[in-house]
Amino acid sequence: MFDVDFILGHLNYWLFTVLMMTGLYIVVAKGNLIKKIVGLNLFQTAVFMFYISLGKVTGGTAPIFPIDMQIDPTVVYSNPLPHVLILTAIVVGIATTSLGLALIVRIREEYDTIEEDEILAIETELVRLENKELGDAMGGRA
Amino acid sequence: METNTAILLTMLIPAAASVGNLLLRNHADLRDGMTLGAAVATFLTVLVILTNVGNGTTQALVLFNVFPGLDIAFNVEPLGLMFAIIASGLWILTHIYGIGYMRGNNEDNHTRFFASFSLAIAAVMGLAFSANMFTLFLFYELLTLSTYPLVAHKGTPEAISGARTYLGILMGTSIGLLLVAVIWTYTITGTLDFTQGGILRGHIAGPMVAVLLGLYAFGIGKAAIMPFHRWLPAAMVAPTPVSALLHAVAVVKAGVFTMLKVGIYIFGIDFLAETGASEWLMWLAAYTIIAASIVAMTKDNLKARLAYSTISQLSYITLGMALATSMGALGGGMHIAMHAMGKITLFMCAGSIYVATHKINISQMNGLGRIMPITYGAFLIGALSIIGLPPLGGSWSKWLLIVGAADAGQQVMIAVLMLSSLLNVAYLLSIVGRGFFWPAETTEPPKIAESPVLVWLPPATTAFGCLLLFFYATNLRDFLLPIVGAAQ
Amino acid sequence: MATEHVHVARTFVDHLPILVVLVPFLAAPFTVLIGSRRLAWPIAFLASLASFLISVKLLLQVLDGGVISYHIGGWAPPMGIEYRIDAANAFVLLLVSAIGTIVMPYTVQSIKFEISERHHTLFYTAYLLCFTGLLGVVATGDAFNVFVFLEISSLSTYVLVAMGAKQDKRALTAAYDYLIMGTIGATFFVIGIGFLYAGTGTLNMADIAAYISLHGTDRTIMTAFAFIVVGMGLKVAIYPLHLWLPNAYTYAPSAVTAFLAATATKVAIYVLLRFMFSVFQPEFLFEMNAVRWLMMPLALVAMFAASLIAVFQSDLKRMLAYSSIAQIGYILLGISLLSATGLSGAIVHLFNHGITKAALFMGVGALVLRSGSSFYARIEGMGKVMPWTSFAIVIAGLSLIGVPGTAGFISKWVLVQAAIEQGWWWIALAVVASSLLAIIYVWRVIEVLYMKQPADPTPREAPLSMLIPMWIMALSTIWFGLDTELTMTAARAAADGLLNGFTMGGH
Repeated sequence: MFDVDFILGHLNYWLFTVLMMTGLYIVVAKGNLIKKIVGLNLFQTAVFMFYISLGKVTGGTAPIFPIDMQIDPTVVYSNPLPHVLILTAIVVGIATTSLGLALIVRIREEYDTIEEDEILAIETELVRLENKELGDAMGGRA
Repeated sequence: METNTAILLTMLIPAAASVGNLLLRNHADLRDGMTLGAAVATFLTVLVILTNVGNGTTQALVLFNVFPGLDIAFNVEPLGLMFAIIASGLWILTHIYGIGYMRGNNEDNHTRFFASFSLAIAAVMGLAFSANMFTLFLFYELLTLSTYPLVAHKGTPEAISGARTYLGILMGTSIGLLLVAVIWTYTITGTLDFTQGGILRGHIAGPMVAVLLGLYAFGIGKAAIMPFHRWLPAAMVAPTPVSALLHAVAVVKAGVFTMLKVGIYIFGIDFLAETGASEWLMWLAAYTIIAASIVAMTKDNLKARLAYSTISQLSYITLGMALATSMGALGGGMHIAMHAMGKITLFMCAGSIYVATHKINISQMNGLGRIMPITYGAFLIGALSIIGLPPLGGSWSKWLLIVGAADAGQQVMIAVLMLSSLLNVAYLLSIVGRGFFWPAETTEPPKIAESPVLVWLPPATTAFGCLLLFFYATNLRDFLLPIVGAAQ
Repeated sequence: MATEHVHVARTFVDHLPILVVLVPFLAAPFTVLIGSRRLAWPIAFLASLASFLISVKLLLQVLDGGVISYHIGGWAPPMGIEYRIDAANAFVLLLVSAIGTIVMPYTVQSIKFEISERHHTLFYTAYLLCFTGLLGVVATGDAFNVFVFLEISSLSTYVLVAMGAKQDKRALTAAYDYLIMGTIGATFFVIGIGFLYAGTGTLNMADIAAYISLHGTDRTIMTAFAFIVVGMGLKVAIYPLHLWLPNAYTYAPSAVTAFLAATATKVAIYVLLRFMFSVFQPEFLFEMNAVRWLMMPLALVAMFAASLIAVFQSDLKRMLAYSSIAQIGYILLGISLLSATGLSGAIVHLFNHGITKAALFMGVGALVLRSGSSFYARIEGMGKVMPWTSFAIVIAGLSLIGVPGTAGFISKWVLVQAAIEQGWWWIALAVVASSLLAIIYVWRVIEVLYMKQPADPTPREAPLSMLIPMWIMALSTIWFGLDTELTMTAARAAADGLLNGFTMGGH
């Protein structure tokens, strides 16, 4: 039934997929805004690791030429490109996280809470007052 | 003046008048005088085109090229030129009437009224001189949009609601049905130019021709075929000068004019006859003629009765096109002129009665004929023209339609036209009868008299026009002959 | 056919593809470092104007079907990053930079009212960064570069949206929701890029296309396609991935919405087009059937559901947001027809809708400036109080409906024509039927503006700096409705270029 070789051979992909989906689940399921950011980070980090693992060549060594530039043609190097991409992506991830956290600080200032359901309740109340004063509108948050 | 320049002027002058109205908003007399001057200038420009071209057809004047094969282009041909003459000529009269009506009735927002009116006339001119269906569609929509403020003019909830119906039905049919028909035509033929003999021959066959015709016929909402006729009575919330010019002359005539252009220059009368695609439309038009007349008989509100009468009369023209014979098409074309003259008389009389007495229901208008003889006299003449009795113009167009029906072998249609005349007698002459012969209402305030001169003079003039048209009908028929490919 | 001009960059003109992105990119930190509130606007305006002029030059160069390939740093692709300009992205570059430049004068008065003063410099910085990001996404020919610039633009967008918090604190949660959803979308996109890299070994879009046309697709590449489409779909606001849009557009400052509504989703659509057609190629799409059977129904749902919801709104900004979702549905419908006419209809509507919505949101912003709110109940009778603004809204509204003589009509015409050509009758009828819904929601606005009595009838027109950009956009909707040479030629060229895939050779 299970092809053990297949699973073990692609172990890294399985692990990273589990991590990604865990992160995604946290974003969706958790109500606390900071926890959502945590989940997002988990999701993104899993993607980074997925990329990096793509670059690993079996039997490959670190992709750095020897200092005297005597390049041995038989040496197998791992692919450095994914590493480069991930450095960029990590920076993007940091920027996103910090922006998210800054927004949470401001939300805390305005709403006094960072729980999604409480914020929703406050906003629903605001919308209800608006509708009462200014006319009914169709469609909730969608 | 060169014809092409004249064509552009006929649109630019009313458009400029529209802007002028906005600029002169605070100088009422100057503003109204300027618009009158513009109306006269437009009419004279159209007459210049008449002298230059006669009933020939000119080369298209291309303004913009929008898509390859699709331009904004104008040309002169007999049907369009006739429509332009009627619309610009009657604008002068209606403008005089409008001045009198708006001031006599103390209506508000004169500037907005006259500005929209002028813009609507500019759209009518563009429509009359369109060289292809694309340009016509553009000005058709422009006409709907520029008349919307006129229908909603009074600003009352009824006016707004009526204007919504007006816009909803007209834009709904034009974007939902007419546009599809136009794009379909373009996709299969590669052009939309109005051509003698039509452009569809060879590109479409079988039941599809009837479907395409259906999209056009129902899409031209301004022709008020049932069931898309509701906008006409809804638009009666507009002040009477609007009803007079636009809903007796410009808007509805734009609808049936488009219907004729589509039948003659897009499909081709012979193509329609061969494929028999328009037979269903003939029956629908016949139904509308009779049904609208019957409804008209039940209406007590004078303008509503005239509205349903218009719906019925418009279907005469649609019937003319659907008969797919030369006489039918000619009869339809002539009826545009005859009905315009007759109906505008009737509507202006209705407005005249309103200005003098503030009455809108026929049951309240007993004995008024004796107090307002000129108005009622004009009404009588207009009614006789609509009914189709000599010596008024309407008799000629009716005659041609009957001949067209005979040519097509549709004896039922002859019966329909005759029956319709009888119904017209019932619902029109009864008004005149009540006015002249019935005793007046018991409590009449003594100071009702004939309406101001600016208000009774235009309908009297158009009534005289109905008489004139009878004597010049042969000239008109000969003028229109080229549209069915016959030589002079 | 497309001829490739390979530029070994020698002269200033040769560097244009990178300069179009670089000028605003450098202007952004420059604005912050100078720190002067008075200089922030001029710097931002000059940078946008420079980008606009450059994109005009680029469009003129590629309109005949040519392709400009620019190697960043002189490193040759596929190893180096390549900026690749053809008719499709030059057209989108033109749209983005034009909107960005024209909205600039508008922002002066608008943000004085809607954003607190100490944030103005930062506003212009974020604006320039967003502008940079959008331009970079469009100009680049490298898949990962798309992600980088996409995130640059997205992050600055979240900041810009959040700046509406002075008016309504819900801007913050709107920005947060947008951040979460947008990041998930971008991450999906980068997963897709990763799979593509794993499957083909290269990141250069032209190279990937070559690989796919040579070797066909396998499961990895198909998975990549799925992730990329869903990821970008979120940015495009395909129904049902549109949930961030109404709140983000409603609560953001009006100038921001005017800019974003016309550009952000359009750029995302461009990325989708580029990947679907140039990289994965039409044969693959026909095989996949996903486009026809997934995208078309979703597009139809968007057109009707969003239009219907728009009818029942009580806030003009929110109504326009839902209308945007519906209009994006039209664009997706054109794409899903998978024909040259359908594609050119989609691309021309991308442009026409951009200018229409820019005009409308600028009009709304002016109304907000004078009445304090965009709710219908608060803008009653504004037709008398602000006649010029209201009339601009009417013109742009007519373009939204698709009245002949306006840009919206042209796109509707091409889309219906594309549907009829393929024999999809009911699609043609669906397009016109949803236009009828548009008549209802636009006419509601017109009735509110003109048929009601204003609370305060003193005439208070919007300032000239807001009226002029608004009217430029409104008049351009009429201009591009009558003179379609530029838009249709560019759209046709773009559609042909996309359908023929990347031309190879000459790296």
